[in-house]
Amino acid sequence: MLPTPDTSHVPYSRVYEPAEDSFLLLDTLSSPAESTFLTSRFATGPSPLIVELGPGSGVVLAFLTAHALPILGTRAPLALGIDVNRFACAATATTVIKAVAGAGATSASFLDVVQGDLVSPLRTRAATGGEPAEGMVDVLVFNPPYVPTEELPGPPGPASAGVVGGKTTYEEDSHLLELSYAGGRDGMETTERVLAALPGTLARRGVAYVLLCAGNRPEEVKARVRGEGWRAETVGTSGRTAGWERLQVVRIWREG
Amino acid sequence: MKLLTLNFLSCAVKTCKTSPLSFPLHPKDAELAKDDVEPNPDLLTNILPRLDWSALRTTAAELGFPDLPETAPSPEELVEGGKTVQDLHELLMETQIVEGKLVCGCCGHEYAVREGIANFLLPSHLV
Repeated sequence: MLPTPDTSHVPYSRVYEPAEDSFLLLDTLSSPAESTFLTSRFATGPSPLIVELGPGSGVVLAFLTAHALPILGTRAPLALGIDVNRFACAATATTVIKAVAGAGATSASFLDVVQGDLVSPLRTRAATGGEPAEGMVDVLVFNPPYVPTEELPGPPGPASAGVVGGKTTYEEDSHLLELSYAGGRDGMETTERVLAALPGTLARRGVAYVLLCAGNRPEEVKARVRGEGWRAETVGTSGRTAGWERLQVVRIWREG
Repeated sequence: MKLLTLNFLSCAVKTCKTSPLSFPLHPKDAELAKDDVEPNPDLLTNILPRLDWSALRTTAAELGFPDLPETAPSPEELVEGGKTVQDLHELLMETQIVEGKLVCGCCGHEYAVREGIANFLLPSHLV
């Protein structure tokens, strides 16, 4: 068992606390099957860019970065987080830096955390001379706001765009937490935006790990993704009740 | 925010994504700091093939660093513990933009960097 990163500094009143979904991602990414897959894809070649969308506390990004050698077979990756919540950005940076310092000779390098809406800050290489557009990301990890809710919360207010030490109200904190779990219709409204953006986000060799809950109708989601030319397989599950997986991690990648 | 990060980001405005002017973003009124980061030789030797070197030269020049060579150092120049590796490590991994703005060369939008965190959230009229 690889050690879980320390998140004791994270303000859980406004940043999502690591829970069953976070731990399922840790278990899945460090499973022998996924480590073998990732190592075969990334142990050689240019430095892979690892991006986590909505890292929250940073526990998953820190785990991947600190244990890059056992999981990806190389210390060459760079890790970047993008979160809509400014407090989560600051928390993730601290979590990753601490974990890297603690891991020493197995860790990759921390690049940055930026505040943004999903993949929107990432560069896309435009299509040129018959080559399709391509993204920058080699390993994309997304633990989305997946809980089905009547409405999708709006973007965060000015408080979370301000300084990390600034004061927030109880309502602002609640709104930030709501952004971390409320997924709108079928719990899929935010995830659908990421899936639609995959062609311009992932590199040719890129792979995405997306967490889904039973309410997201994962079989239908996988079928839709496959219909757009991707491969999609469930590679981790947890919380089996009456034959249904409560949570699962789906790996999405290109053939070949 | 690291100087290196600018090599992976562009303007968040959808209509700018296809314009070559939206990359790299241009730092403005940047306040720099230097962090102590443990060197990772595996990273430095493997990152160069995927960097947009000309964009990196632009960013470094705009931040007032001495001109980088026109082409990226060859693998032979990247001797562990050598000066090229040390210089690259300092520039790419240790140089931080702590405060300032990042300006899109296509639409002119300015993204604020505060406390080392760049904010790419757009006002509603640009989403």
